[in-house]
Amino acid sequence: MRNPFRSEESAFRFVWLTIGYFALIVIGSVIDRWVGVAVFLALSAAVGWWFLTRGSRERPERQAPAPSPSDELRILVVANETVGGPELLSQIQERAGDRRARVLVVCPALNSPLRHWASDEDGARAAAQVRLEASVAAMRSTGLEVEGAVGDGDPIQAIEDAVRTFRPDELIISTHPPGRSHWLERGVVGKARERFDIPLTHVVVDLDADR
Amino acid sequence: MSAVADEHHGPPPIHYSSRVSPAVLGMFLFIGSEIMLFGSFFTVYFFDRVVNHGVNGHWPPVGFERPWFLAGINTVLLVTSSFSMHWADTSIKRGNRAGLKAGLVLTVCLGLTFLAIQIIEYHRIGFNTGDTSFAATFFGLTGLHGAHVLVGLIILIVMTVRAFRGHFSPEHHHGVEIGGIYWHFVDVMWIVVYVTVYLL
Repeated sequence: MRNPFRSEESAFRFVWLTIGYFALIVIGSVIDRWVGVAVFLALSAAVGWWFLTRGSRERPERQAPAPSPSDELRILVVANETVGGPELLSQIQERAGDRRARVLVVCPALNSPLRHWASDEDGARAAAQVRLEASVAAMRSTGLEVEGAVGDGDPIQAIEDAVRTFRPDELIISTHPPGRSHWLERGVVGKARERFDIPLTHVVVDLDADR
Repeated sequence: MSAVADEHHGPPPIHYSSRVSPAVLGMFLFIGSEIMLFGSFFTVYFFDRVVNHGVNGHWPPVGFERPWFLAGINTVLLVTSSFSMHWADTSIKRGNRAGLKAGLVLTVCLGLTFLAIQIIEYHRIGFNTGDTSFAATFFGLTGLHGAHVLVGLIILIVMTVRAFRGHFSPEHHHGVEIGGIYWHFVDVMWIVVYVTVYLL
């Protein structure tokens, strides 16, 4: 949801929209009271529809972090429970080459919508913390320089937060195979490609096959 | 001694994984609280209107006249002040300090005129807060908005003084931006109040 008062310019535009909205209602009411009510309902429905659907029409602003020093490669790995598999580790090593690789693993604190709106995130964050610690330990055992953070429940938001603070050169999203991955179903990889101006690798990790 | 020096002072580290930035969240909360405040007054107004309309079939009650024309002039003044505010904001973004000063002075003058007209309206309206529930809700809603205009004017006057002291530049004009947002919000609320209380 975008705040209509996010800047002076948008607030000024909102003044005009308000004038137009109420002017039409007043004109309708002058004609007939029920015409005014109908105009009010129609305009309110139109505003509601526009408000609910505008998010899907607007292309998000692309974000490109500043590059890191030439001898260093910062890799952001976003994964839920699929981090630490051999496929992912080989991708990181391949990307780094002879450069010093700094890896930040972000585990989004996945939560149910109801719990999210009730701000009941403690359980989700604790569970993500456990997964994160296991993932970081597994990756550190291979000699990588790894940090970890629990991210927002929305993976795109978690990436955005990490991009701001970590400024990665590469982004790796690790998911389950198609058919088992909620993230793939929700188009997380596609949305991340659209939103972030960073080389992105999608790694599919089949934990069942790895075991 | 070194242990004291190593201690972390101040607030805890920011948990950056919030969905909105603190500034936007602050504005959301502010607008939310304002909507609730005005919403409670509008609820009382509409409740009173529905109940009393059912009793005598007239709104406003017989013997009460709403000064819609005078309030209409006030509406024009406030909408114009939104223009001058926007002019001030765009001027400083373009480095035009004279435009900023002129826009702010004009906005302050229009806001003061609005308040003066509202005081005159109250003085001559012919009824008082204790006369009926209509009168109470009328003065409640318009008075609440008038209080917001007064706060907006104080902010604008501070902004104007700062503008004349050269505090704002194309790179640093956050104060103008925030004050402008508040003023436009006051304008939007007046349009809602004017249409619902004076016209419909």
